[in-house]
Amino acid sequence: MIVADRKPFQEIIEMLAPYSRILLLGCNECVTVCAVGGAKEVAVLASEIRLRRAKEGIPVEIKEVTLERNCDPEYVETLQPFINDFDVALSMACGCGIQFVGERYRNRIVLPAVNTTFYGVTEQHGVWAERCQGCGNCVLDRTLGICPVTRCAKSLFNGPCGGSQGGVCEVNKETPCAWQLIVDRYKEMGVLDRYLEIQPVKDWSVSRDGGPRKRIREDLKI
Amino acid sequence: MRLEYPSNIKIVKVPCTGRVDIIHMLEAFEGGADGVCLVGCLEGDCHFLTGNIRARKRVEYAKQLLEESGIGKDRLVMYNLSAAEGQRFAQIAREMTEKIRGLGPNPIKAVISRQQTAETKRLYADS
Ligand code: SF4
Ligand code: SF4
Repeated sequence: MIVADRKPFQEIIEMLAPYSRILLLGCNECVTVCAVGGAKEVAVLASEIRLRRAKEGIPVEIKEVTLERNCDPEYVETLQPFINDFDVALSMACGCGIQFVGERYRNRIVLPAVNTTFYGVTEQHGVWAERCQGCGNCVLDRTLGICPVTRCAKSLFNGPCGGSQGGVCEVNKETPCAWQLIVDRYKEMGVLDRYLEIQPVKDWSVSRDGGPRKRIREDLKI
Repeated sequence: MRLEYPSNIKIVKVPCTGRVDIIHMLEAFEGGADGVCLVGCLEGDCHFLTGNIRARKRVEYAKQLLEESGIGKDRLVMYNLSAAEGQRFAQIAREMTEKIRGLGPNPIKAVISRQQTAETKRLYADS
């Protein structure tokens, strides 16, 4: 899923300063699962904004709408009957959803209420961690399921570096060294000899380095 | 026991403090409550095992939200006591009332009442 953090409240309040009628958008998918922008978090943020505005004596009207997804046109379309009744949209979806709603409704500004951070997993209730950077050329077959691009701070393909100490990465003590994890995994699966294979230079042109990416399936186009 | 406690305290019954969500606490303040007090069972004595512990964490989180929205974190408090501690409940109710009296009314009420006064004055001036 795509994981995000809520922006600091003060930043949100400052963004909203010129507006009094606010459409507050949530998303029912990734940001609901990582508890940052689902219907629940939308209700909490709306309440906080109303409290602050009430305290300051500045009127505000907020409509809370949580779409199934903000990154698919059929759901974004459902905002059409009422989006223009609002001065601004404030979105708790990830960066994709925020942009996509803005692209559809060009006469409305869509403000971000979250900082989109990574593609990750729920390690435990309330704890999410990064696992993939969408590099466009997956090597998990070679590293037995541990991503060196994401989980190694230097994205090394022939690691570890000298900063690996006792299985911990030098960037901070909470981060396991990805290459330690990979070597442990080779051992676990009885294929330690695979560690001797030199990994070739990676083609980064299919990653972000090649610019924004697009995927097309002609057979699915209508 | 027929204990007395301040009559301005409104009791909202929930099956367990674990049922109380962030939004419930915020909405109480939106509704004009001057303070909110969660009264849960003693930690370790929850019928649902961890309801009161989860409530404590949610109270901490809601306090942050109340602070940033300008209501103030001190208006929200959690206490833990057993069902047999009627005396302590009455005492907490008094303590809470005193504490909130010290903090003054919910700041949004002051604004609402100022706006209402201004509106009333305007209506009188017009008539
Ligand atoms: S907009 Fe799409 S990608 Fe973003 S949180 Fe919603 S479902 Fe996930
Ligand atoms: S190798 Fe690339 S695609 Fe595979 S998990 Fe890592 S970043 Fe994602």
